[in-house]
Amino acid sequence: MDTRSRVSWSAESTGPPDGPAVPLSLDPTDLDMLLLIRHVELGLLKLFAAGHLGGTTHTCLGQEYVPVALNPLLQPAFVFSNHRGHGHYLAQFGDVAGLIAEVTGREGAVCGGRGGSQHLYRTGFCSTGVQGENVPVALGAALHFRTSGSDSLAVAYIGDGTWGEGVVYEALNMARLWRAPLVVVVENNGIAQTTPTSRAMAGSIAARAAAFDVRYAHVAVNCVRTIRAELAEPLRQTRAGAGPLVIEFRTDRLGPHSKGDDTRDPAVVRELWERDWAAGYARAYPTEFASADERQREFVAAVTAEVLARPLVGSAAG
Amino acid sequence: MSVAITGRRVSAGLNQALHDLFAGDDRLFLLGEDVVDPYGGAFGVTRGLSTAYPDRVLGTPISEGGITGVAAGLALCGDRAIVEVMFGDFITLCVDPLVNFISKSVTMYGRRLPMGVVVRCPVGGNRGYGPTHSQNLQKLLFGVPNLQLLELSPLHDPRRTLDRALAGGEPAVFFEDKVLYTTPEYRAGRIDNCLRFAPVDESWMLVDADDGPADWVVIAPGGLVPRLLPAMRAALVDDEVLTRALVPDRLWPLDLDPVLPVVGDATRVLVVEDGPAGGGWAAEVTRVLYERLWGRLRHPVRILQPPCAVIPAATHLERDLLLQSEIIYRILAGGDDG
Ligand SMILES: Cc1ncc(C[n+]2csc(CCOP(=O)(O)OP(=O)(O)O)c2C)c(N)n1
Ligand SMILES: [Mg+2]
Repeated sequence: MDTRSRVSWSAESTGPPDGPAVPLSLDPTDLDMLLLIRHVELGLLKLFAAGHLGGTTHTCLGQEYVPVALNPLLQPAFVFSNHRGHGHYLAQFGDVAGLIAEVTGREGAVCGGRGGSQHLYRTGFCSTGVQGENVPVALGAALHFRTSGSDSLAVAYIGDGTWGEGVVYEALNMARLWRAPLVVVVENNGIAQTTPTSRAMAGSIAARAAAFDVRYAHVAVNCVRTIRAELAEPLRQTRAGAGPLVIEFRTDRLGPHSKGDDTRDPAVVRELWERDWAAGYARAYPTEFASADERQREFVAAVTAEVLARPLVGSAAG
Repeated sequence: MSVAITGRRVSAGLNQALHDLFAGDDRLFLLGEDVVDPYGGAFGVTRGLSTAYPDRVLGTPISEGGITGVAAGLALCGDRAIVEVMFGDFITLCVDPLVNFISKSVTMYGRRLPMGVVVRCPVGGNRGYGPTHSQNLQKLLFGVPNLQLLELSPLHDPRRTLDRALAGGEPAVFFEDKVLYTTPEYRAGRIDNCLRFAPVDESWMLVDADDGPADWVVIAPGGLVPRLLPAMRAALVDDEVLTRALVPDRLWPLDLDPVLPVVGDATRVLVVEDGPAGGGWAAEVTRVLYERLWGRLRHPVRILQPPCAVIPAATHLERDLLLQSEIIYRILAGGDDG
């Protein structure tokens, strides 16, 4: 199997190469987690439309496989997430009720309703809504781990658009100088809000990593098992002191940026849905997929109904 | 406590103002994230501009600090530039170029350098956007030499506010309460069948119902107007309390001279600010009032601000923390003596 085209170590970033025609069969718990995240995100868009959520919410529809693939490789790790962080959170904790309670301001909310969709915290997890801010913070955690004898990784999730922020570069520079166990996971979905990556990024992510002599991996498949197999070694090396790692996932944002603000041609978005991981697994493993899909749909609906019946979170907590 | 909706929305007026400014100035630039059509910015305020002026209305990467520096370079070469920051919370990323370069450059080189830069930022809460997308950070930039702080108001013509800022060559930050975008703008001195307004000078607007003696003078920036008007109206109709409101479009430099006679005549004075309590505009207004009207004030000046706390995401918690019409009404009607 030629894996280089899928998870490559070359500094030249390839375009999205062909994924395996058929994704490798999945452990049922992985498929369940993928679909759990999918149904939470679809459910949140519905809750939004029904007026149960204030503000805004950024779903990770299409990108669910990224944290699901990474999660077993990140034990232990401190994950620093961003505005599109529900999948990152769920892959790590599976805590549907705590998340839905958080975004609807109900009792049991993981941050007392204070943080909401973009500001989640739990031991080993922290997200914030200001682009780029999490990268130097993750570096601080990485420095802590390296200097305290811990074998933990610090992981920062960023989007392609977040490379606009200067602190990302400052952090990469320091991370390489200090050989910190920092992993920057780039979810390159080709767009930032309404701006195509080509309009916001000169050069490539691979070349950016190369400029700082930072190790780089390119992932252009959505097959969870392939991704895991290819990333296990580079992540192990970072844990063992080889210095920071940038992993670029070439992925797709299937939904709007936040609630209804999609300026893309609907035909283009339809194409993305066709190459979605869920479509791939559904085609390859129709029976397993259908039953997992149904199971998670029902589970998420039940948890959501239960959470919405809870009282609003009180103001005393914080 | 509702106010009749008349005319266009504040965001439409602001959009028109930007179109007018571009039509009259072929060296004006606008830089910001996602400002190009068809989106026209996260709140639609720049809609149409990138189509009409593609070379001078630039959608940028997510680089707030960088584009503020770029605006400075344009200004140094004699151009003017408007920077749109998607959420005013991210003005923090523009603070170094604003405070240490753009504002200082006006005078620190021993000659006056015009710096025609306006940073526009949507601010304020009550939209459920959470701790990093809801703040009023005016206080952070309050009292910086050569840096004007302006605020959008439904009573002021934004064209005049922006024109004055850009023409004067003194950089400005323009705070735009997000809730204002979807509320009506008021023109021609009329708010409804009860309230009217008129300019005191270039910056201050005076709102009241009639010429009678005022029980209260309320001093408040533009973002509070949609919450203030219903409170004034209810206090008048239900409690026969006459309130006179003073609303500036410029918070700094602060010039209270034009409104001192109105303030001095009132029985009580309330200063309202939408940012967290402690320091800032309301405290400075109050300090100046004590200095200038000592002996004439009949009661201590009252300040109303949200407590100094992080704005929660949950809408019911946010509503409880931030200023609402009801609390202003309770104070005016005498039901809350602080
Ligand atoms: C400093 C800062 N500027 C602007 C924003 C508003 N904003 C939120 S998400 C986003 C686009 C991010 O694009 P990208 O990094 O590609 O991530 P994606 O949304 O595609 O996952 C923008 C501009 C922000 N949250 N923080
Ligand atoms: Mg993106």
